[in-house]
Amino acid sequence: MAETTLTHTSQLDRPPGWRGIAADWASDQRAFKNVSWGKAMMWIFLLSDTFIFGCFLLSYMTARISTRVPWPNPSEVFALRIGGSEIPLILIAIMTFVLISSSGTMAMAVNFGYRRDRRKTAILMLLTAALGATFVGMQAFEWTKLITEGVRPWGNPWGAAQFGSCFFMITGFHGTHVTIGVIFLIIVARKVWRGDFDVGRPGFFTSRRGRYENVEIMGLYWHFVDLVWVFIFAFFYLW
Amino acid sequence: MVDVTPADAVPPAEVAEMELYHPHSWWTKYVFSQDAKVIAVQYSATATAIGLVALMLSWLMRLQLGFPGTFDFITPEAYYQFITMHGMIMVIYLLTALFLGGFGNYLIPLMVGARDMVFPYVNMLSYWVYLLAVLVLVSSFFAPGGPTGAGWTLYPPQAITSGTPGGQDWGIILMLSSLILFIIGFTMGGLNYVVTVLQGRTRGMTLMRLPLTVWGIFTATVMALLAFPALFVACVMMLLDRLLGTSFFMPAIVEMGEQLQHNGGSPILFQHLFWFFGHPEVYIVALPAFGIVSDLISTHARKNIFGYRMMVWAIIAIGALSFVVWAHHMYVSGMNPYFGFFFATTTLIIAVPTAIKVYNWVLTLWRGDIHLTIPMLFALAFIVTFVNGGLTGLFLGNVVVDVPLSDTMFVVAHFHMVMGVAPILVIFGAIYHWYPKVTGRMLNETLGRFHFWVTFLGAYLIFFPMHYLGLMGVPRRYAELTDMNIMTESAHHLNSFISIMAFIVGFAQMVFLFNLIWSIRHGREAGGNPWRATTLEWQTPETPPAHGNFGKDLPIVYRWAYDYSVPGAKEDFIPQNVPGTFGPSREPA
Repeated sequence: MAETTLTHTSQLDRPPGWRGIAADWASDQRAFKNVSWGKAMMWIFLLSDTFIFGCFLLSYMTARISTRVPWPNPSEVFALRIGGSEIPLILIAIMTFVLISSSGTMAMAVNFGYRRDRRKTAILMLLTAALGATFVGMQAFEWTKLITEGVRPWGNPWGAAQFGSCFFMITGFHGTHVTIGVIFLIIVARKVWRGDFDVGRPGFFTSRRGRYENVEIMGLYWHFVDLVWVFIFAFFYLW
Repeated sequence: MVDVTPADAVPPAEVAEMELYHPHSWWTKYVFSQDAKVIAVQYSATATAIGLVALMLSWLMRLQLGFPGTFDFITPEAYYQFITMHGMIMVIYLLTALFLGGFGNYLIPLMVGARDMVFPYVNMLSYWVYLLAVLVLVSSFFAPGGPTGAGWTLYPPQAITSGTPGGQDWGIILMLSSLILFIIGFTMGGLNYVVTVLQGRTRGMTLMRLPLTVWGIFTATVMALLAFPALFVACVMMLLDRLLGTSFFMPAIVEMGEQLQHNGGSPILFQHLFWFFGHPEVYIVALPAFGIVSDLISTHARKNIFGYRMMVWAIIAIGALSFVVWAHHMYVSGMNPYFGFFFATTTLIIAVPTAIKVYNWVLTLWRGDIHLTIPMLFALAFIVTFVNGGLTGLFLGNVVVDVPLSDTMFVVAHFHMVMGVAPILVIFGAIYHWYPKVTGRMLNETLGRFHFWVTFLGAYLIFFPMHYLGLMGVPRRYAELTDMNIMTESAHHLNSFISIMAFIVGFAQMVFLFNLIWSIRHGREAGGNPWRATTLEWQTPETPPAHGNFGKDLPIVYRWAYDYSVPGAKEDFIPQNVPGTFGPSREPA
């Protein structure tokens, strides 16, 4: 992509405080000097996506605090019977651990990407994708378990019908995000493996030249999906 | 604060080598084009086509209101369907798409001095998803049960119950799906517009040198990216309520003596989500209009815009404030009355930056060299109409005044004035202004003046009397008004008069469409800069601009967009890419 870093000698002349910040953002050619187009676009998309998840979670909270029938107890609903005893939230704990770990492998992939270590980058991205797929798999298991216990989007045996509606909607929407992430991780990993980013091979659809920064942009999305999960975990399972 | 010293500016080579997808065939040049200018025309044509459908629906509504009982085919169900589709199409599929997808795509890259949007492929996808959304919407006219008749706000529970047209048929499903598609498509385009303005400007183009058009479209796009998520979520949840039987918005409800399966949902939650989108939407439509009209006034009054810096901050302030006023649409919804106090206050505060803008437009005209060209006529008409609609907004922003006026024709008159007629007048002005750049030819002047006067006076004759009907208590959204004792004979006559004016104004739009098509071949040759304007889109080497916009080298910007009638300059305008100083510039330092 045809972007170069601009050096601004006059950066030091900015007035202090908010005026300086405003002057900096309003300055020549680009508001964020060292941010490429792709990265800026991903950040702004994530901001928009934050509002989507925010609206989902706020709607869920409204439903939960305004319901007049009891809300099912998450630590009982999401317990697994292992070795004869009920362990609350054990599956969710493992899922969370897996997803957070995948953020770690993603960060390492970005690091090796900038070192132009094709092999390690691709392997770490595929590992990230595998962890993400594991997460989705465990989510499918959880859905199956709840459905066999009688939880439906329109009702459940234990209390407010909105429990099932919110659960399937929010985890489903998040799971969709993870699935899309896994697909794109595999696509980008393949490009890394093939060396597309070393030779600047143009993308099939976009005809733009790829760079190792694409790994980082992919990583931004992945970390965002993880962060959203932390909020879902806190507000849906721990509340 | 501006940090570019034109004398030692480096050549803009780093942006010039931006890789563009050059079209190889007729298909990639005119249909699946990645050129923002072609996408802009595609967006505009699609929006105009679907807007014509909405115009015809308004005729059908006026037939029923003006001459009740005369037209048997307009049943109450059909009337509700007309009203719903008219509102939704006009607000979302016409105004939003035309301002952001149409004008945004055409003007942003040209005005900031870029070759194209930053990601042309994604930009192209944006249009095709938008087209799909429009097709899904249109398909609901042919679906069993017809389109939804829930009213453009789609309030549950009635939106998905069987008493409402389309509620238990395909109508509401197609409507919600179409909106979801629209939001996805818009997001792809919107990200492009924002990043292009923030990161894709040419050398010397600081944010404080952007034409106000770009500021308006940019701020509106940012708002849309933050407001549409609420509508997206509301649509998903209502779709689940309708298809899976969840109860997000559906309380326990008895319909036709039968208890429905729903229980425990909150209809007010939908209203909050809808208006968290819906109020910013008003400004998503208004801010591009504000920006464009500023440029029209400045160019055609040959005078720099008054208070540029304040104009920019007013746009940003309006954008920010519009996110904290949404519940003023809900005074009668049954929400906590104390909320009304907060939302009435924020609503009235928003009048301050808006008034700053109006004063600045008038002060720009003050002692200007006003050319009464067609764009200028539309700009002047906009100021009058906007002030009118804005003042009734102050009425409705107060809880005590709003409660008796709620759901009357007064509300209809208010929002048509302020976000229907006013932005449409700007769109017309903008089309007369930029058509020469898009096609290379001028629109026909005589037809244009006819179009202006009929539209402007006609729109007033339609919507001004409606205020009086509303004050009399005539309700909105009623298909049949004949047997109501508040409907005096004179009110009926007024309704018939409004309907006749609506047909006349509609006819004038057909003349305008004819002008648009006829002038492509037969219009007067325009040349590169017929309005002698300063902004970059008029300085392109070719008209219409070729793929890549600016030929071999991108322009370097040396001044703001409003150097008109600078003392000491040879001409009464200095384009933004002309170097040198000519006497005292009024550019804010």
